[in-house]
Amino acid sequence: MLRLDRIGKTYADGTAALDDVTLEVRAGEIVAIVGGSGCGKTTLLRLLAGLDRASRGTVSLDGDPVREPHPGIGIVFQEPRLLPWYDVAGNVGFGIAHLPPALRREKVLHALDLVGLADQAKRWPRELSGGQQQRVSIARAFVTDPRVLLLDEPFSALDALTRSSLHGHLYRLWQESRPTVLLVTHEVSEAVALADRVVVMRPKPGRIDDEVTLELARPRRAASPGFEAAQRRIMTALDRSLAPRENEAERGRAEPATAWW
Amino acid sequence: MSDAALAASGPRGAAAPERDGARRGLGAPPLWLLGFVLPVAVALLWEAAVRLGVAQGRLVPPPSRVGATLGALWTSGDLQVHAAATLWRVAVGFGLGAAAGLALGALSGASRLSRALLDPTLQALRSIPSIAWVPLFILWLGIFEASKVALIAVGVFFPVYLGVAGAILSVDRKLVEVGRAFRLSALATLRRILVPAILPETVTALRSGLGLGFMFVVAAEFMGASEGLGYLLVDGQQMGKPDAILAAILCFAVLGKACDALLVAATRPLLRCQDVARDRL
Repeated sequence: MLRLDRIGKTYADGTAALDDVTLEVRAGEIVAIVGGSGCGKTTLLRLLAGLDRASRGTVSLDGDPVREPHPGIGIVFQEPRLLPWYDVAGNVGFGIAHLPPALRREKVLHALDLVGLADQAKRWPRELSGGQQQRVSIARAFVTDPRVLLLDEPFSALDALTRSSLHGHLYRLWQESRPTVLLVTHEVSEAVALADRVVVMRPKPGRIDDEVTLELARPRRAASPGFEAAQRRIMTALDRSLAPRENEAERGRAEPATAWW
Repeated sequence: MSDAALAASGPRGAAAPERDGARRGLGAPPLWLLGFVLPVAVALLWEAAVRLGVAQGRLVPPPSRVGATLGALWTSGDLQVHAAATLWRVAVGFGLGAAAGLALGALSGASRLSRALLDPTLQALRSIPSIAWVPLFILWLGIFEASKVALIAVGVFFPVYLGVAGAILSVDRKLVEVGRAFRLSALATLRRILVPAILPETVTALRSGLGLGFMFVVAAEFMGASEGLGYLLVDGQQMGKPDAILAAILCFAVLGKACDALLVAATRPLLRCQDVARDRL
């Protein structure tokens, strides 16, 4: 179980990025974190990854406090961040260099197979498309068998078609070892396609505004029943999360609910 | 074949397919051969001008005479002696200068404290034209090898220092963070992320250092040497032998290019991924 207990983060310049965030995620659950820009989603993920430290409160994984990068927690960044001096296989195996070569090769090939890049193992990152690079990056995180996988808007730079195929790859990887997944996204449809639970955040300072539990059958497609209704529920929640923050004049303006995200 | 095509191909019109072949033949040789056209043409023209008596060729000797001088220097063994002396000086000077440049550059790039300590002084020293050190080096180190090697080392040091320090400062923090996320030790971060990240720029810095090394070996040999290609230059000037000067210049060109190629070849295995980038962009 991943626990966030009254987490707060204030940056050195006084910016309050997060305040009083409490969240429990059970093992194997897929949680999407959505919210407008500047509501601390990425900050939250960096705290969970141990890349930054919380100003207040604690993060713990199965009772083990997380203050720096934790062996049980993997992260996929917004950009692929592949190392250009390693080939695809070298990048995927980056985090398991300590394993014996034979086992390492086997795990790398298996992960590449699951993301559909088994035939690209010997190529250089620069030769791959953006979507392929992000698949390598996801495989790199999965290959260490993390108990928790953090994804920071990993598909935001990709076109819709590539994105939906990557959702498939991600889901297949998840099915294998069923890690806990925290996915930060600004795409409501992405949250609905993947998550068991959607956490809606609100800005200034970032905190949790609402939660929506999704009980749709998997695999989910945009055409499957309930998909659109779920999307609407989250959008309404998002709308509410921003509304109290806006002053009267702005609220008076008839903005379409979808314009800001 | 149409009449127009026949007419266009002129007197050799019967061979239209041949012309196509010739065009393909022209396209086949690599483009770099084109670079030879200009110097070879100039050399041939000058040779012809001297042979035909249009020019005297006393101050600007024709290629054949330069070639003959080179040949004579080679058979007498002088050329080997001079080239070896010059190469030795460049090698030692480059070795010392590059080693110091790498070490101080790494120090200044890696730690803010040492950067604040070292960089201002080194930048100030850099703005001194290196030749200005010559009198001091001669006073300190004598007129023999040590002062020459020191001058070359100073010339090599600065581009290497600047290149390495700059490379370290411009390492992508996001990639370093990948190392952190995978909990790499400091040593592993150095080996698997920092060193590969700065390698390309370091090699470039070493190459420009080597180029400067060759520049300064000439200056060093001008200031009094009894052997070396630079001595050959001075000697040619004093004895009025422009063919010997040109022969020495040619040797510099060949040696400089060869050393650079050697450096590139030696570091190529370290830069495999760069090749891909260059081919693709």
